[in-house]
Amino acid sequence: MSEPSEYTPRDWSSHPPQIYPEYKSTPLRGPTKPLVVLPQTLSELTGPVYGQDAVGPLDHDLTKLAARNGEPNGERIIVSGVVSDEDGRPVPHILLEVWQPNAAGRYIHTDDQHDAPIDPNFMGAGRCVTNAAGRYRFITIKPGAYPWGNHYNAWRPNHIHFSLFGPSILTRLVTQMYFPGDPLLELDPIFNGVPAASRHLLVSKLSIALSEAEWALGYEFNIVLRGRKSTPMET
Amino acid sequence: MAAKEKLKQTPSQTVGPYFSYGLTPEQYGYDYKQLAGNDLAEADGDGERITIRGQVFDGNGETVRDAVLELWQADSQGRYAHPGDPRGSNTGLAKEFGGFGRVGTGTLPQHYFEFHTIKPGPIGDGQAPHITVVLFMRGLLNHAYTRIYFSDEAAANGDDPALALVDATRRDTLIAQRRETADGIVYQFDIHMQGDQETVFFDA
Ligand SMILES: [Fe+3]
Repeated sequence: MSEPSEYTPRDWSSHPPQIYPEYKSTPLRGPTKPLVVLPQTLSELTGPVYGQDAVGPLDHDLTKLAARNGEPNGERIIVSGVVSDEDGRPVPHILLEVWQPNAAGRYIHTDDQHDAPIDPNFMGAGRCVTNAAGRYRFITIKPGAYPWGNHYNAWRPNHIHFSLFGPSILTRLVTQMYFPGDPLLELDPIFNGVPAASRHLLVSKLSIALSEAEWALGYEFNIVLRGRKSTPMET
Repeated sequence: MAAKEKLKQTPSQTVGPYFSYGLTPEQYGYDYKQLAGNDLAEADGDGERITIRGQVFDGNGETVRDAVLELWQADSQGRYAHPGDPRGSNTGLAKEFGGFGRVGTGTLPQHYFEFHTIKPGPIGDGQAPHITVVLFMRGLLNHAYTRIYFSDEAAANGDDPALALVDATRRDTLIAQRRETADGIVYQFDIHMQGDQETVFFDA
């Protein structure tokens, strides 16, 4: 097999800056020196491959994966979308990992001391793999808002954390999906750290087409990864 | 044909403080199988077994307790477990060497991270043996890429084209220091997010 072609650079007009002072953990943690630009060698053009065999049969259904004696509390939702590159070509057979708090805004992580109930039937972690058309689909519970210590009355908008691999280590992406119409978005320094023109890319859309009648509302969240420098000829 | 307008890349967001049960559940004691952990060594019987150990420091010199590091490396023969490696990745070894590891800094004293792996071979394009590191943490808005090189490869490091791009005064931030200990070979590799010793981060 021949060496894969190179990837487009990270688009710094779409990603947040390294330091965004309104988010108070960034000033001591973001790099301050310019990144050193590296040519794309085999080390960059390869990356871990996780396919369908990495995913358990219930991993895509967070309402069932950790259920012990019943259904989790909260609003059942379906989250689905297409992972594509910048040229709109679907990215098939790649792994997505998600994690989120429960409907009350509580993570099971032991560091989360928010005074909201743990749900014995909900963990909040899951994974799935995109299909041949680049589409993924999770069933979960709509996550609640939760307070954090960033500033007085700071509350995170409802969100789901996403982690994706893509075809190489260069297409690695960790991001967060938000919900349409959330009034906390404009107050959130993590969301607002993203350049204004790209913020809407993190907000899912209510989708009746993805919804299942009498059962669950659907949200569409499409994801765009770094593309290839050389576009194949279109015929 | 007319150039089609490109789609905009989905923006990066911080991994936040609560990644442990999503990304590293077994390490943190959650009842959920993890896909990658800190032990990569077992699958490559031919390689030299090494431990890579270090801490992540913030701009105040405090250790970071909620970072997660990923390693991506070639096997002892310098081959990547990826279809893009033209040399036929990892064939001929007893078990497949996946080359990918992941560990959080929240479970060891003083927020150490530790990987058990094998020393990668040179991949054959003139680069010195190295490992790609992808770093995430609360308060880091974009994941950071860096590389681990090895202190006992001075000659190869001297010829390495990537190290040659780095200001000479900063190259040491990329070189893990080899020590022979009662527990085997340990390479120390600390990451400094800021300050005089700020680690070199790459953008490829
Ligand atoms: Fe969160």
